[in-house]
Amino acid sequence: MIDPSLLKTIFGRLSFESFPIHEPILLVTFAGVVVMGSALLFAVTKYRLWGWLWREWFTSVDHKKIGIMYMILGIIMLLRGFADAVMMRLQQAIAFGGSDGYLNAHHYDQVFTAHGTIMIFFVAIPLVVGLINYVMPLQIGARDVAFPFLNNLSFWLTVAGALLVMVSLFVGEFSRAGWLNYVPVSNLQNSPDTGPDYYLWALQIAGVGTTLSAINMVTTIIKMRAPGMTMMKMPVFCWTALCSNVLAVAIFPILTAAFALLMLDRYVGTNFFTNDLGGNPMMYWNLVWIWGHPEVYVLVLPVFGIFSEITSTFSGKRLFGYSSMVYATVVITILSFLVWLHHFFTMGSGASVNSFFGIATMVISIPTGAKIFNWLFTMYRGQIRFELPMMWTVAFLLTFTVGGMTGVLLAVPPADFVLHNSLFLVAHFHNVIIGGVVFGLFAGMYYWFPKAFGFRLDPFWGKVSFWGWVIGYWVAWTPIYIVGLMGTTRRVRHFEDPTLQPFFIVAAIGVGIIAIGILAFLIQIAVSIRNREALRDTTGDPWDGRTLEWSTSSPPPAYNFAFTPVIHDLDAWYDMKSRGHERPAGGYRPIHMPRNTGTGVILSGLALVLGFAMVWYIWWLAVLSFVALIAVTIGHTFNYNRDYYIPADEVAEAERASLAAAGA
Amino acid sequence: MSTHSMTADGAAPGFYVIDEEEHHGPGASTSLGFWIYLMSDALIFATLFATYGVLSTSYAGGPAPRQIFELPLVAVNTAMLLLSSITFGMAAIAADEERPGATRLWLGITALFGAAFVGIELYEFASLIAEGATPQRSAFLSGFFALVGTHGLHVLCGLIWIGVMLVQMSLHGLNADNRRRLMCLGMFWHLLDVVWIGVFTFVYLLGVLR
Repeated sequence: MIDPSLLKTIFGRLSFESFPIHEPILLVTFAGVVVMGSALLFAVTKYRLWGWLWREWFTSVDHKKIGIMYMILGIIMLLRGFADAVMMRLQQAIAFGGSDGYLNAHHYDQVFTAHGTIMIFFVAIPLVVGLINYVMPLQIGARDVAFPFLNNLSFWLTVAGALLVMVSLFVGEFSRAGWLNYVPVSNLQNSPDTGPDYYLWALQIAGVGTTLSAINMVTTIIKMRAPGMTMMKMPVFCWTALCSNVLAVAIFPILTAAFALLMLDRYVGTNFFTNDLGGNPMMYWNLVWIWGHPEVYVLVLPVFGIFSEITSTFSGKRLFGYSSMVYATVVITILSFLVWLHHFFTMGSGASVNSFFGIATMVISIPTGAKIFNWLFTMYRGQIRFELPMMWTVAFLLTFTVGGMTGVLLAVPPADFVLHNSLFLVAHFHNVIIGGVVFGLFAGMYYWFPKAFGFRLDPFWGKVSFWGWVIGYWVAWTPIYIVGLMGTTRRVRHFEDPTLQPFFIVAAIGVGIIAIGILAFLIQIAVSIRNREALRDTTGDPWDGRTLEWSTSSPPPAYNFAFTPVIHDLDAWYDMKSRGHERPAGGYRPIHMPRNTGTGVILSGLALVLGFAMVWYIWWLAVLSFVALIAVTIGHTFNYNRDYYIPADEVAEAERASLAAAGA
Repeated sequence: MSTHSMTADGAAPGFYVIDEEEHHGPGASTSLGFWIYLMSDALIFATLFATYGVLSTSYAGGPAPRQIFELPLVAVNTAMLLLSSITFGMAAIAADEERPGATRLWLGITALFGAAFVGIELYEFASLIAEGATPQRSAFLSGFFALVGTHGLHVLCGLIWIGVMLVQMSLHGLNADNRRRLMCLGMFWHLLDVVWIGVFTFVYLLGVLR
C-alpha cells in the first residue's frame, strides 16, 4: 500500500476522482478527441511531417507563418467555443417547467464560462492577432516584425493557454464564475476546486503572449514603415492595428495584475477580493472591466480596418474620409478607457458618476457613426463588386448598426438598471461581436486568403457559409433580445415560465443555422484546396488591390519584398500601378533575415507544465518547471547568432519564378 | 540610399529602394520596444497602487501603518536604491568611454546596493510578519505586501540580470549587442527607482501621516 501523504506530495490534489468518468458527455467528447488526435498524430508520423512541421512552422519566426498558425488556432478553438454555445442553446430550449434539461447546474456553469473565455481569449484574439501579423508588415513594406523571436514566443504562449483550458475539460473542472471569473464566486471559499485556477493560469500565460505581441506590433508600425510612408499615408488597417495594439499594451498589464491579486487570494490567503478582513470584491470588477471594455475595441478596431480596406478595394475608389477615419479610430481608442463603469451601473456609485460614464459611452457612438458613413460614402457611386468580402461588409453594416443602437440604449443608466444582467445585454454584445468582429474576420480571411496561399476560396461554399452565419445570427439572437427586454436574466439553466419556451426553441434553430455556416466554411476550405489549380491566382493581385501587400507575389517569399518599396501616396500599390511602375528584374542583393529558433516552443511548453502543476498543487513540478523556464530564458540570451543572409542568387531565383508565373 | 528612377525625364518617381546601404540590424527598434514594455510594467504598478489606495484604510481591526512602519529603516533602504541608480549611471558613463573593466566594476557595486535593498526589505517583511502583520491579516496589509513585494521582486530580477550581464560582458566585451542590453538594463533599473519614490511617498510617508 502506498503512503497517501507520499501520493499527495507527488500528485498534489490530482487523483482518480479528478477525471470526470461519471460524465457521459465528457467521456464521449474525450473519446472523440483521442480518436481524432491519434489519427492526426498517426498521419503526421506516417507521412514523416514532424521534421517539416518543426523546421518550417513551429520554430519559424516568419510573421506570415506565425499569422497563419494564429488563424488555425483561432478556427480550432472556434469549434470548441461553438460546441459550448450549442450545448447552452439546447439546454435552454428544453429545460422548462418539469424538464431539467440534460446539463446539471455544475456542468452548465462551466459551459457558459468556458464559452465566453474561449471565444474572446482563444478565438477572437488569435484571429485578430493572426490577421494583423500576416497583413500589417506587408502593408507597411517591411520584411518582418520588429522582434521576430518574440512573435513566435507570443504565439506559443497563446497556444499553451488554450491547451490548459482544453485540459480542464478532461482533468478536473473549469471555472463556474463567468467569463471574467468574477469574485466572490471565484474566491477560494466558494470555489475550492481547480476551476478558477485553470482559468487564471491559462489566461496569465496567454496574456503574457498577447502583451508581448502588442509591444512587438506597435514597435513594428512605428519603426519599420517603408521609406515615404508617413503616418497619414499608412493604410487604415495599419492605423487600426496600431491603435488596437496600443490599447492592448495599456490594458493587459491591468488584467495581469488583477489576476495576480486573485491568485494571491486563492494561493496565499490574502484579502484583496474576499468578503471579510477588508477585502473589496468590487475592486476586482473595476479592474477586470478597465481591461474588459477597451478589449472590445482591441478586437473591433482592426476589424474596422479590414472593412475599410475591403470597401475601398471592391468599390474601386479611394476610401472616403481617410483622415476622419484615422481620427475616429484614435478618438475611440481614448474614449474606450472612460467607459468601463457602464458594465456595473448597479454598483451604486451614485448619479453623477453613472451620468459621466453613461454620457462617455454614448459619445463613442459618434466616431463609430462617422466610420459607418465613411464606408457608405465610399460605396456611393463606386463600381461595387459583390465578391464574398464585400458581402460580409454589407452584412456587417446592417447587423452592427443595430447592435450599436442597443448599446446606446444600454448606456442610459436608468434603462441599464432594468436591463442589467439580462439576456438583452447578452444579445447586444453578441450582436456587436458576431456582427462586427466575426463578420469582419470572415471578410478579412476571404480577402487575404489568396495572398497567403496563392488561390482563392471556393465562392459557392463561401456563400453558403455567409448566408448560414447571417441568417443564423438573426434567427438565434432576435428572440433573445425579446425575452431579454421582457426581463429574462442571463446564465440561467432552467426556466419556469412556459411562454418563454418558443423563443428559446427559435434561438436553438438559429444556432443550428449558424452550424451550417461553420460547416460550409470547413467544406469550403477542403474544396478550395482540392480545386486549387482552378482557383489559382498567379498575379499576386486578384482583387485589383490598392495597398502594398498586393504588390508582391502570392504567397509572398520569406523576405516579402526583393526591393523595399518607396511610397509616394496613400493606396501605394494603386499609385504604383496607375503610374506605370516597373518591378526591377535584376540587381538583387543578399537579404538580411532572422533565424528560426525552437526557444519559443520550449518556453511555452514549460509555462504549460508550470500552469498545470500550480493548478493541481504539484509543488515540486512547479518549482522544477519555473527554474527551467528561467534557465532557458537566460540561456537564450547567450545566443548572439540570430540572423543570416538570403544569398542574392536565391532571391533572384525566387523572383524569376514569381515573375514568370505572373507573366504566364 | 538612392532610389530607382523610372523614366528618363524623371517624371515618375522611384518605387523601390534599389541599393540598400543602411540596413536594419537586429534590434534597431529595441530601445522603443523596451520603453513600451517598461510602460506596460509601470501599468502593473499603477494597478497595484490603485488597489492599495482603495484598500489602504481597510485595517479590519489589524495594525495601521503608523504602528508598523519604521521610517528610519525605510529611509536607509531608499538610500540604497538611490545610490544604486547613481552607480549604474557611472557604469553607463564607463561604457560610453569604452572602459569595460570600469563598467563591470560599477555594475558590481550597483548589484551590491541592490542586494542590500532586497536584504533590508526582506528583514522588514520578516519583522512585520513576526509582529503578526501578515499579508493575510487585512486588506491593507495584502495591498502593502503586494505593492512593495512586486517592486522587490523586480529589483531581484534586475540583480539576476546584472549577473547575466557581467558574464556576457566577460565573454563578448562591449560589443553592439551588449551595449544595447546594458542600455535596456539601465532603463529598467532607473524605472524601479522612480517607482520606489512613489512607494516611499504614498505608502510610507502618507501612511505614517494618516
